[in-house]
Amino acid sequence: MPSISRDEVAHLARLARLAVTDDELDLFAGQLDAILNAVAQVSEVSQQDVPPTSHAVPLTNVFREDVVRPSLTQQQALSGAPAAEEGRFRVPRILGEEQ
Amino acid sequence: MTAVAEVMDYDEVLERFDPVLGLEVHVELNTNTKMFCGCANVFGGEPNTHVCPVCLGMPGALPAVNGKAVESAMRIGLALNCEIAQWCRFARKNYFYPDMPKNFQTSQYDEPIAFNGWLDVELDDGSIFRVEIERAHMEEDTGKSLHVGGATGRIHGADYSLLDYNRAGVPLIEIVTKPITGTGARAPEVARAYVAALRDLLRGLDVSDVRMDQGSLRCDANVSLMAKDATEFGTRTETKNVNSLRSVERAVRYEMTRHAAVLAGGGKIKQETRHFDESTATTSAGRTKETAEDYRYFPEPDLVPIAPSREWVEQLRVGLPQPPWVRRKQIQEEWGLTDLELRDLVNADALDLVAATVDAGAKPDDARSWWVSYLSQQAKILNKELAELPITPAQVARVSALVADGSLTNKLARAVVDGVLAGEGEPDEVVEKRGLKVVSDDSALTAAVDEALAAQPDVAEKIRSGKVAAAGAIVGAVMKATKGQADAKRVRELIIERCS
Amino acid sequence: MSELIRLSAADLADKIHKREVSAVEVTQAHLDRIAEVDGAVHAFLHVNTEGALAAAAKVDERIAVGEVASPLAGVPLALKDVLTTVDEPTTVGSKILENWLPPYDATVTERLRAAGVVILGKTNMDEFAMGSSTENSAYGPTRNPWDLERIPGGSGGGSSASLAAFEAPLAIGTDTGGSIRQPGAVTGTVGVKPTYGTVSRYGLVAFSSSLDQAGPCARTVLDAALLHEVIAGYDPMDSTSINEPVRPVVEAARQGATGDLKGVRVGVVREFRGEGYQQGVIDCFDAAVQQLRDLGAEVVEVSCPHFEYALGAYYLIAPSEASSNLARFDAMRYGLRVSGEGELSAEQVMSLTREAGFGPEVKRRIILGTYALSAGYYDAYYGSAQKVRTLISRDFSSAFEQVDVLVAPTTPTTAFKIGERIDDPLAMYLNDLCTIPSNLAGNAALSVPSGLAAEDGLPTGLQVMAPALADERMYRVAAAYEVARDAAQGGPLINRVPELEAISR
Repeated sequence: MPSISRDEVAHLARLARLAVTDDELDLFAGQLDAILNAVAQVSEVSQQDVPPTSHAVPLTNVFREDVVRPSLTQQQALSGAPAAEEGRFRVPRILGEEQ
Repeated sequence: MTAVAEVMDYDEVLERFDPVLGLEVHVELNTNTKMFCGCANVFGGEPNTHVCPVCLGMPGALPAVNGKAVESAMRIGLALNCEIAQWCRFARKNYFYPDMPKNFQTSQYDEPIAFNGWLDVELDDGSIFRVEIERAHMEEDTGKSLHVGGATGRIHGADYSLLDYNRAGVPLIEIVTKPITGTGARAPEVARAYVAALRDLLRGLDVSDVRMDQGSLRCDANVSLMAKDATEFGTRTETKNVNSLRSVERAVRYEMTRHAAVLAGGGKIKQETRHFDESTATTSAGRTKETAEDYRYFPEPDLVPIAPSREWVEQLRVGLPQPPWVRRKQIQEEWGLTDLELRDLVNADALDLVAATVDAGAKPDDARSWWVSYLSQQAKILNKELAELPITPAQVARVSALVADGSLTNKLARAVVDGVLAGEGEPDEVVEKRGLKVVSDDSALTAAVDEALAAQPDVAEKIRSGKVAAAGAIVGAVMKATKGQADAKRVRELIIERCS
Repeated sequence: MSELIRLSAADLADKIHKREVSAVEVTQAHLDRIAEVDGAVHAFLHVNTEGALAAAAKVDERIAVGEVASPLAGVPLALKDVLTTVDEPTTVGSKILENWLPPYDATVTERLRAAGVVILGKTNMDEFAMGSSTENSAYGPTRNPWDLERIPGGSGGGSSASLAAFEAPLAIGTDTGGSIRQPGAVTGTVGVKPTYGTVSRYGLVAFSSSLDQAGPCARTVLDAALLHEVIAGYDPMDSTSINEPVRPVVEAARQGATGDLKGVRVGVVREFRGEGYQQGVIDCFDAAVQQLRDLGAEVVEVSCPHFEYALGAYYLIAPSEASSNLARFDAMRYGLRVSGEGELSAEQVMSLTREAGFGPEVKRRIILGTYALSAGYYDAYYGSAQKVRTLISRDFSSAFEQVDVLVAPTTPTTAFKIGERIDDPLAMYLNDLCTIPSNLAGNAALSVPSGLAAEDGLPTGLQVMAPALADERMYRVAAAYEVARDAAQGGPLINRVPELEAISR
């Protein structure tokens, strides 16, 4: 089974927005490898023709009525914000594309 | 700021390459509430006032699917001749972006609610082009960012950003075409006509405001070129958020000429997103990511699967309105239009507006004349889509009625319309405020007639001697004196009365 | 020390409703106890003295004017700090949410308030409920009242310790892989994971959405049942909530307490013993099974062959979902932001904040989950784990065709020493070996104290598992066993907790 490398941990940390330290890279690489080896037996069943279970309870078609409920006030919405301005959340400059 | 890219002459592009298109259209639904919470789905509003723990992605909050949005998605799918999934799920698309409160978008991935459809699109010459639909799936919109500082107010160079999440969680349907081939020179026209046809279809379904200017209908255009002897598609670029029909056409055309220049120069097309600049009608590259995005999709565990019963699907299918093209045929017969007149109407994007104006009481010819001529000209001057003009079909119908009952002349009616467009209120208010009523007070008119006759005694004499045609000069003088607010027909009657 | 703190919730409610004692007095007695011993135990992250007394006073007023009180009105409770509260911070044991005051109450919180239950404060937990010892709390560990050198279980160690320290007669926990049941077992208290979907998750800060379930914690089975009926029930705000009436668990607990289990078929899960199981735990379990037989139950052995895959599947599913659920902690809208704007971009501030705000176990699981969901690995990891869920559900189904309930030890060992396993994630994960299958399948399970292990004198737990939406069965069995155990052992196990020295907070 896979041996997870330091570089791979660094890539995953980037994807997960974690500015991990060098020490953490080493620590996590070792620990993740051990954990993945321990869980490797799970992939034995991937060949089996078994349907996956994504939800513990087999419900379908749970819908909400299209009826407006009260929203938060602007003050409540912003109450936990690290920074706010003009009724909006203030965030550091965004690199990248407008979505 | 950006270097002007090399482009190839359009005719030469087509001699050497075949274009392939792929269009992704995002439609904001006009449901009362958002996709996964009960916050009002309205455009604008004070920032962060249509938000709750769910659409702000607060810890502990959970989504709940808007049933109406699911129904709209299925109706769209059915109208696009799609199959409706027997069973499908939402998935999480994981990536970080400040305008996305949970840092994942709740979307559909490999299990869209609708798939495998088509839409027949009428081109300018009346021919039909069939666009195959890959899928239509449900997702949620993001918040809006305001970039502060920097020279342009754009994202690049900004000092910081301000976020408003009123739009976050608004229901979106993404409609994706299969690769569109075989268009040749008509690729830009097909792209435009497809988006226009889709917009008409969605308007007919009453599922969305379909306002490209407000972002309730947004188009991303994928373009690639194949050399004439090639067997595989070329590398594509995706031009984002092209927000008018005209821009769709221009963006596709520009990308074709740019790709061709790059390829002909021995270069390679980079697979990237590009941004369309309305003012220059060119595109520019977005930021290229160092690594391919890995969205780590997985089934949304907070929502249960959707398994529409076949009865439900059939009930929705039966309830679909007539497709726009069937309706057009009917209107053509009812209003007695020639093929050319109908096409002009469609090309001017005026059909629905005219129909609504007729519904509001105007005669078809009058309604058609207003929208296709005067209002179309105004739209062009204001650089807006016809439907975006700040005048409603009901208002046009009212103006038309005022003309029909003689309260307004055609010239005055245009002034009233100008007033409505300028935001001066309802037609009757404009008439009042601008004092545009036809002068129908006979005593005032008679005085003006007498004055004019006195001023031109020779002409008066001619009329008295039976040369009624000479009255024209006096009519002109009266109209001038009343600043056009007189009914010319009545003026003529009065002149003859006074001279007999 | 007021004797009020030794009473069960049922007895307290009875006295309050008969006006023998006021809810305010009861609340004050528990607040005093917290002030006295929580410095040593550290069960609470926040104590809401004023709010609790005000809520108690309101109950007293209602009783005074003759309003019919709900069964637990006036009884104090310790709330795990993973459920949102508008009047107290909700930190989830993490620095990233330090001092966060939510603008909304969780559905469970709302139901508690509506029932007149007095919320004393918020209890300590492993950060984001990731852990089995409460050592992963960013605010320091909770200590086990049985032995302050030892862990109180996790992630809900604060809730279980508050019960064992007589700081509260009731508590709420959440159970993703055993976080209610395992702390219950190692502190000699009762912990119940109801059927998934029967207690709303709205306002429960998500760790792993498809596994998380809130449930009652108490010192007796009946108290747990009373609390169960307060918090359970359909909630349209949670799409995975089941729209069915609440199961009659109080009635079942009362029926069980009569001590008759004739006609009840009990299955012993063959796979849950052997290597890694402490002898004292096995001995207590065997004695408990014998007691069930003595009560008239028919005991058979059943096999659940796929349970061996459960731990592995859990450690793929839970981190995967967590990596996505925890993405929202990004320093933009709420919570910690470590850095000003300056030259840093939003992306950099996100990364630095998450690095500083999350502890090592949380980071480890986020990275593991990110890996397991990555393109190319999804099928082998997350996809396979979902297949294992199916296989485990099938094991349960076929077992429940033969028996009414299944039993097993709740944990393989008794409470270990603080610090003993903290550097060895795998050793730590083994705590949840017996509890995880019910999270994966979504069925109901509880832990009831089953005596003290001979070698260390520490509590052990008997786990009783019931089919989904048959929660009442396990209450009946556990209540019957509880009565028999107390009779055999000369009184409730919980009374044997050593006296705590007063170390104020």
